[in-house]
Amino acid sequence: MDLLYNIFINPFVQMVAAPDLLVQTLWEGLVGGVLYALIALGFVLIFKASGVFNFAQGIMVVFGALTLVGLYTILTRIGLTNVHAAAFAALALTIGVMFLLAVTVERMVLRPLVNQPDIILFMATFGLTYLLIGFGEVIFGGEPKIMITEALYLPKGSYDIKMLGGFVSLQKIDIAAAIIASVMVAGLAVFFSVTRIGRALRAVADSHKAALSVGISLEQIWVIVWFASGLVALVTGIMWAARSDVSFALQIIALRALPVLILGGFTSIPGAIVGGLIIGIGEKLGEFYWGPLLGSGIESWLAYFIALVFLLFRPQGLFGEKIIERV
Amino acid sequence: MLYRESGQFKTTYASDQAVFPIFQDKIGIALILVIAFVVIPYFGNDFFLNAVMIPFLIFSLAAIGLNLLIGYTGLLSLGTGAFMGVGAYACYKLATIFPGVNILVWVVASGFVAALVGVFFGLPSLRIKGFYLAIATLAAQFFLQWCFIRIPWLVNYNISNAIEVPTRTLYGVAVTGPTATPFARYFVVLVIVVAMTWLASNLVRGRIGRMWMAVRDMDIAAELMGIRLLSTKLLAFAVSSFYCGVSGALLVFLWYGSAEAEVFNINQSFFILFMVIIGGLGSLLGSFLGAALIYILPIVLRYVPSELGMPVHAATVEHLSFIIVGGLIIFFLIVEPNGLARLWAIAKQKLRVWPFPY
Repeated sequence: MDLLYNIFINPFVQMVAAPDLLVQTLWEGLVGGVLYALIALGFVLIFKASGVFNFAQGIMVVFGALTLVGLYTILTRIGLTNVHAAAFAALALTIGVMFLLAVTVERMVLRPLVNQPDIILFMATFGLTYLLIGFGEVIFGGEPKIMITEALYLPKGSYDIKMLGGFVSLQKIDIAAAIIASVMVAGLAVFFSVTRIGRALRAVADSHKAALSVGISLEQIWVIVWFASGLVALVTGIMWAARSDVSFALQIIALRALPVLILGGFTSIPGAIVGGLIIGIGEKLGEFYWGPLLGSGIESWLAYFIALVFLLFRPQGLFGEKIIERV
Repeated sequence: MLYRESGQFKTTYASDQAVFPIFQDKIGIALILVIAFVVIPYFGNDFFLNAVMIPFLIFSLAAIGLNLLIGYTGLLSLGTGAFMGVGAYACYKLATIFPGVNILVWVVASGFVAALVGVFFGLPSLRIKGFYLAIATLAAQFFLQWCFIRIPWLVNYNISNAIEVPTRTLYGVAVTGPTATPFARYFVVLVIVVAMTWLASNLVRGRIGRMWMAVRDMDIAAELMGIRLLSTKLLAFAVSSFYCGVSGALLVFLWYGSAEAEVFNINQSFFILFMVIIGGLGSLLGSFLGAALIYILPIVLRYVPSELGMPVHAATVEHLSFIIVGGLIIFFLIVEPNGLARLWAIAKQKLRVWPFPY
């Protein structure tokens, strides 16, 4: 009886008793959800356009952030004294590196493996993950680094808002992350619906063969898509690393983002966003109100169970295209 | 020249269905068995047995288990590490609760425990397919790993929160625990792996294996032909988890000697998956080849620089081996997406027609 009480009644009593804590938890979940959504977005972009389940997305996040910090250190060492100039020069160079990465991946991995089964391409992105980990550690070293938030004009500190009989503390960096993420998603949406490249991209997502037959270059589209998700990864990396250090431990967030993906569906950009928010909020609520029952650390699998429950009712995810199979 | 099958006539269906229908193959497998049972224990030193052969055999067994699921039934699973963990923890609990019973009994029994858990986490496979299923099996991976860490009952409330393998003997010879010699452990592992490989090879050639392959190729078509998807898929999960569970129990009891939950993390699952893919999907031989390549390669990479006298920092070697392994995975996938087993099949075909390839 006690257990049932603790599961079904006590958490809600707590929620009502301390609404400011509830709001705080919801806010933290929301911010975490935005970052999950960004990672999932990178996955979805690549999956839609090339049918590749890109396991390396998580490591691209780390790689982007590491490259940025590493280049910044090099630039300041060779004499760029203005920190802001150095930071933005490093940012531009990092974007260049992400583009190079996209071109290399397309040349070395995707092109030779065209028309192979999904699982082979999936494994190839595993190989890519290992390569990037190795390269990143050899070039930049494995020790954790601090993200250059101030040099990039990202705000610090927090707003304390008095509400509901208590304080709710909003980190400024989280607000910035939410705004930047929304702008980026909106930008991508416009890019996909209005521009010529965006239309070509949607055509490729629908059918590779049909797109080829009307003269769309698959290679070009793949480079663009990998570059776009590289940019998304870079932004995610900056935002995530601003809350902690830049290190390879960050790659674990990619595994955290996978449930978002199955929840939202592999092929849906709105799905990635909504899924990210559901998982982010669900995870924080579960951890805060139900976590003490089971001992800590349940956030490592809670998201997967939330996603699994949704999946049992909708096997293609909340927003995924209906899977039609013919014999 | 030697590998010719002319003159070998099959007069019965039984001989046509044999695992090794060609005489030379029978000699080959006999040779391999002789090497494994006689030559390696006779000439190999403790280091070779302990650091190379025992883990190679254990990982091969896990790879066979995963291959039954992915390669034969077409169900993608990323929870291998956790199922190995279930086997290891079950074996530890059973062996400490009933210390008098033969340890081999508990190794097999722990496989059955893993099979039960596998069936439970295989249930979503009826609704979910492909990568969606792969991520769903990650739920098993993370949940089970969390259980290993958080439930102290599983490790008998050890303060170290780790499995500490007790000493058990077979016919008076210690096979587990700190006093067991690599020689004894190697033999136990070898016997189990050979027996279970033989079992698997018969399983996949029979009715069950054919059902699995029908489901792999197209599950709706298989269903229309009268194959029950529920029982077939769950059986695949059960058998696969059984193999993984046994190999997990062997891993801890006959190799590590003690293990924390960290051993069975997600990287272990990926590691086994590499072996299956690089070795070749749907091939038992491929499981061995893949395990050999993926397990032995990093060892070689670690020892080559120091042997050549190059003063390379240990951390750098670690990073370089990451790069090399990653590069090789991509390279192998591009050169031969069907894995090492396919390369072997091509080589065999070349041998058959050599030296006149028409």
